[in-house]
Amino acid sequence: MSRIAETFARQREENRRGFIPFITAGDPTLDATRELIVELARAGATVIEVGVPFSDPMADGPVIQRASERALKNGVGVAEVLAVVADARRKTDVPVVLFSYYNPLLQFGAERLCTEARRAGVDGMLVTDLAPEESAEFAATLARHELDLIFLVAPTSTDVRLARITERAGGFIYAVSRAGVTGVQSETSTEAERLVKRVRAASKLPVAVGFGISTREQVADVWRYADAAVVGSAIVAEIEKHADAPDLVARVGRFARGLLPT
Amino acid sequence: MSENFLTQPDEQGHWGVYGGRYVPETLMAPLEELNAAYAAVRDDQEFQAEYAALLRDFSGRPTPLHYAARLTALANGARIFLKREDLSHTGSHKINNALGQVLLARRMGKRRIIAETGAGQHGVATATVCALFGLQCVVYMGAEDVRRQRLNVFRMELLGAEVREVHAGARTLKDAINEALRDWVTNVSDTYYLLGSALGPHPYPLMVRDFQSVIGREARAEFMEREGGRLPDVLVACVGGGSNSIGLFHPFLKDAGVRMVGVEAGGSGDKLGEHAARFNERGGGRPGVLQGTMSYVLQDERGQIAATHSISAGLDYPSIGPEHAFLHDAGRVEYVAASDTEALAAFRILSEQEGIIPALESAHAVAYALKLARELKPEQTILLNLSGRGDKDVQGVADTFGMKDAGDEPARRAGVEPTERSGGQPTERAHGETVGGVELP
Repeated sequence: MSRIAETFARQREENRRGFIPFITAGDPTLDATRELIVELARAGATVIEVGVPFSDPMADGPVIQRASERALKNGVGVAEVLAVVADARRKTDVPVVLFSYYNPLLQFGAERLCTEARRAGVDGMLVTDLAPEESAEFAATLARHELDLIFLVAPTSTDVRLARITERAGGFIYAVSRAGVTGVQSETSTEAERLVKRVRAASKLPVAVGFGISTREQVADVWRYADAAVVGSAIVAEIEKHADAPDLVARVGRFARGLLPT
Repeated sequence: MSENFLTQPDEQGHWGVYGGRYVPETLMAPLEELNAAYAAVRDDQEFQAEYAALLRDFSGRPTPLHYAARLTALANGARIFLKREDLSHTGSHKINNALGQVLLARRMGKRRIIAETGAGQHGVATATVCALFGLQCVVYMGAEDVRRQRLNVFRMELLGAEVREVHAGARTLKDAINEALRDWVTNVSDTYYLLGSALGPHPYPLMVRDFQSVIGREARAEFMEREGGRLPDVLVACVGGGSNSIGLFHPFLKDAGVRMVGVEAGGSGDKLGEHAARFNERGGGRPGVLQGTMSYVLQDERGQIAATHSISAGLDYPSIGPEHAFLHDAGRVEYVAASDTEALAAFRILSEQEGIIPALESAHAVAYALKLARELKPEQTILLNLSGRGDKDVQGVADTFGMKDAGDEPARRAGVEPTERSGGQPTERAHGETVGGVELP
């Protein structure tokens, strides 16, 4: 069983719900990223999504676009992200998922990526613009290296598509709460709950809900019907706000703890 | 290579390894819906009749084929013919695709149309068809392109469209497409994305090529009628995303004797960031995935998309339509580049010699055709797609000539540093060659 599967299984036994923070690697620095992974794990993260920056993040809103730009200015690529995960891995067992777009991974080379990711202690990958229809080769390479390939499902996904996706998915299913790009939103749509019900009918994998979740109330609401809540832009915005603060890592840790319902 | 491959992609929109659909899941079902809607009208006589009537009555088709006698005399080689897409309504070939897709959007019941634009020609065409049918229209345009194509911004606004300036990235066409995709993913239920080139996820490359193929079908018939049933020896067209070129080339693909050349933007140099020549391997072009499709992409060694440069906003894009990538690898179409300087010279030459002010995009094709004509025999023929007119560029060119004082010897400048390649294999640079040493008469 993969580390992601084990983590969700344990959580289910204990009747708990999960929290999945997202950060962009190299924002504001790679050192900060390493410490943030450790701190977010301590704050109670079930899984941590680490963004590999891409120049053209078409599924992301302004907050994560700016984070990607900062990371790229710092010269961060796949190799640097893997090194920082390997560093953090010495201090935490939290599952880590690389979150990116296809081109930087493709150019790195799928085989090399998986070999080095496995060695660095990466557990899975989510490739925003890699739909199941185009994923066969990449998925096979991940499978050979026992890495989970995590897929998105969206409110627009038809039942036929849900079946196609869940058949290939590993780790957990990431349900996009609404049509749109990443970013903070005041309310989670009722679409998300309907979508999670449809996913449950098609798959036994844990389901996480993300896109637009930024408050403790929203996390609590997602926890009613899903296995985990993903918080991305809200955390990245907090990092942006305190990028120069000497206690950045502690502040982000406090912010993350504040997102968890008691 | 199978004949079928030369005409149709597979069901998922692949030409060989190129094409496909690389988009976030939210857009996958809408693309399937679009594909089904397009498949339904592709052979629907009523739809095609309505489309043909609009091309005729609204856009003024067929566009003429003009024998460029003075340009031919200047080159002193092959005879040069111009397919006059610049005479289309709105001033470029872009209207062919906009009319086709707006009819499809209406069939799908979409009332809000979004588009991206580089030079502004596709934005103007989209704004025009939205005015024609009373649809809401939002056009995304990079801030840099807004600056250099001011006239087209004003035209779009006159036509009732809202132009949204994009300040991300290099603030050009690529960034406008990113914003349009973000809008579409957010408003997917009521919005139709009217993509302007043979790019993006399936079915756009196929659909745009089909709508633009009217160029090649007409040109083929017009040429044969004029030349006693003969076909042209060489087709030449500029290639940004690749819609005017694939529109011209496609109906000739099975004519084995017809050579085809796509002219990319050579910009100001060969280094990554100085040009928009995707098939220039030394310049950073290699297969990759950008904005929904697998094709040749200008990128750094880490797979980050490179900045591009071209004097022409419409060619200033780091990727190219997937069918071109396939035709390149198959060796069916040659791809070369014309530099900023060569295009500027050609802009003046065509104006002076033929009384036609071309778009800067099309001027790249003119620059190469002049060079090629010198190498061919007088009994040979070149058919060049003059994709758009240059009114939009006059101010920018005046500024450039004013600054650089580069306007005195356009013919000689047209031949400066040719960067000729073929089938992706760099050939020797013909240093010192001019437009064949052509002097202005």
